[in-house]
Amino acid sequence: MADSITLRVTRYQPEVDDEPRAQDFDVPLRENWVVLDGLNYIKDRLDGTLSYRWSCRMGICGSCGMMVDGEPALTCATFLVDHAPGPIRVEPLANFPVVRDLVVDIGDFLEKLPRVSPWIVRDDDIPVDEGESLQTPEELADYKQYSMCINCMLCYSACPVYGLDPDFIGPAAIALAQRYNLDSRDDGAAKRLDVLIHPDGVWGCTFVGECTTACPKDVDPAGAIQRYKLTAAMETIKSYVSPGGGP
Amino acid sequence: MTGTGTGTGQRAYRPRMSLWWWARKRSYTLFILRELSSVFVAWFVLFTLLTVWSVARGEERYEQFLDFASNPLVVALNVLALAFLLFHTVTWFNLTPKAMPVKVRGRRVPSTVVIAAQWLGFVVVSAFVVWLVVS
Amino acid sequence: MPNREVEPFAWMAFSAGGVAAAMFAPILLFLFGLALPLGWVSPDHAGLLDALGHPLTRLALLGVCAAALFHFAHRFRYTLYDGLQLARFGTVITAGCYGLAVLGSAAAAYILLLVL
Ligand code: SF4
Ligand code: FES
Repeated sequence: MADSITLRVTRYQPEVDDEPRAQDFDVPLRENWVVLDGLNYIKDRLDGTLSYRWSCRMGICGSCGMMVDGEPALTCATFLVDHAPGPIRVEPLANFPVVRDLVVDIGDFLEKLPRVSPWIVRDDDIPVDEGESLQTPEELADYKQYSMCINCMLCYSACPVYGLDPDFIGPAAIALAQRYNLDSRDDGAAKRLDVLIHPDGVWGCTFVGECTTACPKDVDPAGAIQRYKLTAAMETIKSYVSPGGGP
Repeated sequence: MTGTGTGTGQRAYRPRMSLWWWARKRSYTLFILRELSSVFVAWFVLFTLLTVWSVARGEERYEQFLDFASNPLVVALNVLALAFLLFHTVTWFNLTPKAMPVKVRGRRVPSTVVIAAQWLGFVVVSAFVVWLVVS
Repeated sequence: MPNREVEPFAWMAFSAGGVAAAMFAPILLFLFGLALPLGWVSPDHAGLLDALGHPLTRLALLGVCAAALFHFAHRFRYTLYDGLQLARFGTVITAGCYGLAVLGSAAAAYILLLVL
């Protein structure tokens, strides 16, 4: 095995660059090193001006997402050896404005998430002294997968529909809506319906399916969206059949 | 392609998707091909209606139609269309269990079973249509 | 762009047509487009007329054709939006695609119910 590998890292410094450029760095190729280790090596030893985000380095915080050889990935879970012999292209997440180097502007995503009321909405509040609201394992299984999302935005950078139309509310937000819609304790489905059947909601999705491929947590946002389309269509019909009774 | 101003006072670089985005990645290309199968679905309707129409207009018209349809160009087009239609069938069947989880007695049916059931339906439908037309 | 009232129906027609096309289109195009013209099977004209003219066949074919056309309309519309980035011409594209499906379905009804 070669003992070093080249990382071809995107640099963008808004005060000097008009557009991003690539810069090569040689980093040690170790079997247990992930791309993020390579970036940390660059920052510590080669060029302290390199900017990128990370925190947990264990696939939980969702902040280290970048394009590795053109595919969205968590850099803390992507091993250098799997991309040997290199050079490995490390670019900022696609479909987002680049603020500096490998750092993207996540403002749009953060604005979208709360639109789907991602919390348990109740018609009536259950008094605390009544104890827990119990759920059966089956009820948990209905939404559990959707609750695994770590907001890493890899699905957004894999999604051509979002890339073309940044108004599209996007995979993670819809999966998150389903996280609560399918929760037996939740009554907020009608409220979320208004957001999701908006033209920027589910209907823009053409089931490319790349969000599901990109997701490091097996959330399957693409499946969530298609399932929701069926729900939304049924609700629309219901609202015609029984006006006033619908959403 | 240069950056535009953002609220932060810094110039963020806004990438634009190229017109050829679907050529960049195999999965994107397959997606576009899947979507383009719809054109051949429309062709299938047109061709079916032409067939029916010529049959309805009598034996002579039908013979003329067969002549037209056996023209190598038309045959080639139909071979291509058939390939796209089968691609549609494969992708549609594969995506169905993802879009519509089937539950039997509270348990989720594995997607392989859903896919197999659809192919069974496909075989039955095809056999029936062949029997109807040929016998 | 169709508003939120229309989109669910367009999508349901798209899905119904997707199923119909997946199940029926390959065998029908194989028969009509290859097997008959190339003489792999040669049912006589009277038999064919009989099989196609049966009321149930006509209705089934009409259903398949109309649904498949709406499937085409919906999918092709979004292909133009995304593949060719033509979303800014949304209104024209939408009118064109679904308009074609409506006209095609009318033609199918005419051929299958009146001519046949
Ligand atoms: S759905 Fe998956 S890819 Fe999308 S933000 Fe959540 S964890 Fe990341
Ligand atoms: S650093 Fe937290 S997910 Fe990678």
